[in-house]
Amino acid sequence: MRARRTPEPYLWLLFSGGGVVAALLLPVLVLIFGVLAPLGVIEPPPAARVRALLDPLLVRLALAAVVGLCLFHAAHRIRFTVEEMTRGGRLDVVLAPLCYGAALTGTVIAVLVLF
Amino acid sequence: MTALPSYRPRVHPLWWARRRAYLVFVLRELTSVFVAWSAAYLVLLARAALAGDAEYAEFRAFAGSPWVVALNVVALAATAFHSVTFLNLAPRAMVVRLDGWRVPGFLIAGGNHSAWLAVSALVAYLVLRS
Repeated sequence: MRARRTPEPYLWLLFSGGGVVAALLLPVLVLIFGVLAPLGVIEPPPAARVRALLDPLLVRLALAAVVGLCLFHAAHRIRFTVEEMTRGGRLDVVLAPLCYGAALTGTVIAVLVLF
Repeated sequence: MTALPSYRPRVHPLWWARRRAYLVFVLRELTSVFVAWSAAYLVLLARAALAGDAEYAEFRAFAGSPWVVALNVVALAATAFHSVTFLNLAPRAMVVRLDGWRVPGFLIAGGNHSAWLAVSALVAYLVLRS
């Protein structure tokens, strides 16, 4: 019998890749740009500084990858959490395309913004 | 193929609120909502900075409004909770053997947490150096 091919292993790969990237990078970025700078605890980096940070192609590629992976991580986790909380396995037909579709849309927007 | 009658046990709709362990599990899973928010926030920041000084000033006003700061404080707690739980998960997901010696879990998790600290320090240095 031929094994049925499913995209699930790749989705789990994106989930765990995104989990690691989010774990290593997000807290410090949220701390600086989301909490300390808006509260005035530190001097907010001026626009020119942020532009200079985003200038190297490698940084923009990395940021696009980080955003994409984080979104797919969240999509995967939200999909299964909602299904477990509601015991709604039958929702998967709708929920899976909705979650991954949103993650894909967000990734495309990030690429359009950065390039 | 004949359809078999399926067995569906009844589950309390709030089953996850009935035990501390279940609640922590669900809270851990829901940190991913804030992972998504943080990623979106970074895209908004990059968009504003790349669009020009006026757009950046507008973004800073948005980022400084009380509800966005409150949201980001929760996001900080959630992403930090995600980091701790996700990095602690690694030794459960993989077994590392060096010449037959099984590397103990606390070394793998400890290495991950050290990497988290190092990456955070590097990012903070790159962003904040003048």
